[in-house]
Formats: sequence, structure tokens, C-alpha cells
Amino acid sequence: MSDSDAAAPLLEIDHLTVHFPGGRSGFWGQERLVVHAVDNVSLAVMPGETLGLVGESGSGKSTIGRAILRQLPTTQGRIRFRGEDITKVTGEPLRNLRRHMQMVFQDPYASLNPRQRVIDIISEPLIVHGLARHRKDTAAKVADLLQRVGMPADAASRYPHAFSGGQRQRIGIARALALSPEFIVADEPVSALDVSIRAQVVNLLMDLQRDCGLTYLFIAHDLATVRHISRRIAILYAGKLMELADRDAIYERPRHPYTEALLSAIPIPDPVAQRNRRRLVNDGEPPDPLHPLPGCRYQSRCPYATAQCRSVEPPLEQKAPGQWAACWNR
Amino acid sequence: MAADNQANWAARRRIAAGWAHHLWHDKAGLFGLAIVVLLIVVAAAAPLLAPYDPAAQALRDRLLPPAWLAGGQLAHLLGTDQLGRDVLSRLIFGSRVSLVVGAGVVLLAGAFGTALGMLAGYCGGRVDDFVMRWVDTQVAFPGLLLALVILVVVGANVPSLIIVLSLNGWMVYARMARGSVLGLRQLPYVEAAQMIGCRGRRVIFRHILPNLTSPLLTLSILEFARIILAEAALSFLGMGVQPPGSSWGLDVAIGKDYMFRAWWLVTFPGAAIALTVLGVNLLASWLRVVTDPREREKQFARRMARKRHAEPVPAAAASVEARP
Repeated sequence: MSDSDAAAPLLEIDHLTVHFPGGRSGFWGQERLVVHAVDNVSLAVMPGETLGLVGESGSGKSTIGRAILRQLPTTQGRIRFRGEDITKVTGEPLRNLRRHMQMVFQDPYASLNPRQRVIDIISEPLIVHGLARHRKDTAAKVADLLQRVGMPADAASRYPHAFSGGQRQRIGIARALALSPEFIVADEPVSALDVSIRAQVVNLLMDLQRDCGLTYLFIAHDLATVRHISRRIAILYAGKLMELADRDAIYERPRHPYTEALLSAIPIPDPVAQRNRRRLVNDGEPPDPLHPLPGCRYQSRCPYATAQCRSVEPPLEQKAPGQWAACWNR
Repeated sequence: MAADNQANWAARRRIAAGWAHHLWHDKAGLFGLAIVVLLIVVAAAAPLLAPYDPAAQALRDRLLPPAWLAGGQLAHLLGTDQLGRDVLSRLIFGSRVSLVVGAGVVLLAGAFGTALGMLAGYCGGRVDDFVMRWVDTQVAFPGLLLALVILVVVGANVPSLIIVLSLNGWMVYARMARGSVLGLRQLPYVEAAQMIGCRGRRVIFRHILPNLTSPLLTLSILEFARIILAEAALSFLGMGVQPPGSSWGLDVAIGKDYMFRAWWLVTFPGAAIALTVLGVNLLASWLRVVTDPREREKQFARRMARKRHAEPVPAAAASVEARP
């Protein structure tokens, strides 16, 4: 356990549950359906660390990110930021909270307003929070932010369409940094980018973390991307936490069959080794979020599933120092 | 700062030049602009342009045909009506009423309807239910009847005409705006704007409203045409512009009684309405294209492609490309 673990967490989510209305079923529509997007997830993010949040589509990872930023209502559980409960914050206090936590979006093409110039995009947070009166007063600050994210200063007067995906993502990062937040939720920030520039953006995020003392919740859908940047990694499946451990423990001694399956999906850059290795292919259907089965959420695809897995939900237990997993068989 | 300002101005000039360039190549848009400018000039300078007082009667010169027909006089270029009033002068003065009523109603109803529709779409929930049921109720009510009742009570004049027609016309804007906002609210950059702490008003006006320009323009043009006709209908029923005055709609309405003896009475005001609507349509289609960032993106790509084409290719690159 390092020193930072002893300190108070910057962000803590405690038994977070997010359900969405899923329409009605039954002949008269008498049965109200509920989408179980996130169920009973507890996490803590320490100041200055990067927590990787990994899961496949529909596992609820983006939902957690949005719930933390209070873009989605929480059904149950608590979210604490810097020790304060922010679960129910709305209105003006929520607006003030935005100065401390920001988001980097997945799609750099859709998350920048095509009608705004770069200077307007990056200076907007400063203006809406009253840190600058007019766009003109922000020119120096915007130039500084652009330089920090590795963009030329003359980018300010252009529109987003003049830039490539990687450059747009840098602009999005500059916008998130404008308010000097402590905490950033990076929602799959590189999954929409070309493989060749993913590393550049990840390295940029790490440099910024070092220079500005940022804390990240880094959301990704595969284990390949998060290895470089994360200190700890949380594995999510169907709205449940499967495994939570230090990065190296996840990659070297996974304690959950789902983690093993994710690891075996990372391609090895050696054709022979790639051909000869044992792939754990996930057969079976992912669970229906409208009607979760009793027991483990991973039961339908797990090669080790037993009768116990199908009836009783495994608790998240400490399997090794600093490594928690929710599995009966490990 | 000075350099920054200069860059700003340069950027703005570049955009304006791009619009002008696009307009020059969009001949239909240019034609539309010409018609609209001509109409505005004619309406503004009506007393100077019109050869006669539009209400001056000359009963001896009743129903004169246009000048180029047998029996026509050069003094009455487009002929006279059943009271001997000059058709050209009435046409010129009538443009004032038609333009003012059309533009006034489109602005008033458009602003009110769009604002309510955006509010309903953005807030959702009870606000949405309330506004949309209000719209439904008013759509179900016969519009012309409501207009007539109000005009009978408050008296018929141009300002009350504008208000009454706006009361009848705002619902389409509200429905359109709400529908669009429901979709636009989900855009990642709208969410990004909320996330960085924009207040609702800023999100609506800065990030959502600009996306409504194209559908709003299109709808406004269609409404503009409908309003001119509605004004004509009200004038025809005697609750619009009152007879000594003139409007295209009123002239068509009166002229229809003489359609078989004097075709020019309905034809010229009718043609004026059609031409106005056409001109505004063409202009709007140009405006829609130049205000769309996606179109701007295409133009940018085209410019880059041209530039690349024009630049001399470096020798090494050329030899690489020359190989099959």
C-alpha cells in the first residue's frame, strides 16, 4: 500500500446504483421495466492517480462517469467528492462543482460545436464561470492552453473542421483543462482515434497529469489502452464490479474469468505467438439488463460457472493484498 | 491585441467573401436576392414610384386594360380597376401591406413559437406537456374564426392584423422547434456545454438555436407565403385591410368579381404574390447553405484540394507518384 492510499480519496462512490426506466411490458403495460445500468458499485479514486474503468459496451462504464459528473440521476448510493456528498447537488452549486471536475469526451468530431471557433470553444468555460468578461481577455490563456496540449497558437481562430481527430481531441482536452479542474473523467478519449495517434493522446494526458496534478477516471473498453496510463484498474461487467486491483496484478494475476477473457483479447504483436496462444472466447449471450438473473452476472458466458454461480451473487472479496474480485471459484 | 483584432476582422472578411462568392455562383440565390431587394425598395419608395394615388378614383376610366392591349392607355400601364384606380399604383402601395404583414407575422409568431417550443423540448416533463397541450388545443380551434372574432372586437388595422395572424401561426414553429430540440439535446457538444457549466439559457441560444436555422428558415418561408394568402382571405372577408387602402390580397379578392371582364385585376397582384414567395424561397435556400457548418466544411475541403492541385509538386514526390 502506497502513501496515497492512506490519504482521503478525492472521489468516492459508495454502492452506486443507476437504473433507467425501460418502458412497460405486459398486456396492459402494467409491469414497469427497469434497465439495470449500474448496480451497487463502490470505487475510490485517490488524488493524483488514474483509475482505469474497463468494460464492454453496455457494461455501465460511461453511466458511472456521467453519474459522477451529475449528468445522470443516481438511483441509490452516494457520491463523495473531496469529502462532500454531491449525490443530490443541483443548480448553482452543481455549476460551481463543474469547475473542479470535467470530462473529456469519446467522439472528438461530435463533442466540439462546428459553429464555434477554437478560441470560443476553449474560452467558453472561462466566460460562463465569470473568470473572463469577454473572449478578448482570454486570448493569452487560450494560447497557453493550446500550447500545453501541443497545438499551434494560430489554431485559435479556426473552426474544428480544419483539424484531424487527434487534434480535435487535444482541443477537447484544452477545454476540459481551462478551469484547472482536479478531477477529469476521460470517457474513452482515444477509442475514436486512429491507432497511430492513440499513444500520443494518452501520453499527453499523462504529461498533463504530472504537470497539473490531475486525477483521472479513465474509461476504456479494452485492457490494451489503459495499461499504460492507469495505476489501478476496475473491471465492470453488466453494471457490476468484477475485479478491482493494481494494474500489474490485473495483467499478471487476474482473479476473475472475465478479466482473463479480456486479457486474452489483446492481440500479441507476434503472429506465431498470436496463433498459438489459448484464446478465451466469450460464448453465450450478455445478460439482459432488463431482467438480470439471480447469481453472478457473468454466469451465462463463464466457462467455470457452477450451480452456486447461478443462484447466489458472489461478493467482491479481497483475494490478494489490494486485489478484489467477485467470483466464487477463485 | 491589435493583431488579434486584425485576425478577427480578416476572418470575418474571409467569411463574408465566401458568402458573396457562393452567392455569385448560385444564380438562383442571386435572382432571389434581386427580387427581395427590389420589393423592399419599391415598398419603401412607394410614394415616389407610384404614378397615382392608389385610392384616387376616375370613374370615366373604369376597367381600362393594360397599355399594350387594344383600348389601353399609356397613362395606366397595367390598366385600371372597377373604380378607375390605377392598378400599378395599387400594386406598388399594396407591397407595403403584404411585406409588413408577412414579415411581421413571421417574426412575431416565429419568435414566440420557437421560444416556447425550445423551452418545451429542453425542459421536458410538465413544461413540455403544458406547452404541447396548449398547442394542440389551439390547432384544434378554427383559426380564421378566432381571427375574425378578435378583429371584430378590436377593429381591423395592420398592427392588429399582424397580432391576430401571429396568434394563429405560432404553433407550427413550436412543434418544429420542440421536435428538433429533443434530438439536438442529445448531441455530445450540447452535453459538453452543460458539463463545462453553461446555464440553460446559454446552452439553448448558443448551442441549440443555431442548429434550428435551416428548418426555421424553410418553415418561415412557407409561412410567409401562407400569411400573405391569409391576409388576402381576411381582407376578402372584409376584416383585413379596409377598402380605401390597398393590399395584394384585397385586390385579388375584389378583382375576382371581374375576372372574366378584366383579367388584369387578379393577375397582377397574384403574380406579385407568387414572385415574392419565389424570390424569398430562392434567397432562403442560399442562406440555408451558407449558414450550415457542414457546407462550410465541404467548401474548406474543396479549397484545400484546389490549393494542393495548384502547388507545384516536389520532384521526389512527383517521381513516386509517377510510378504505377
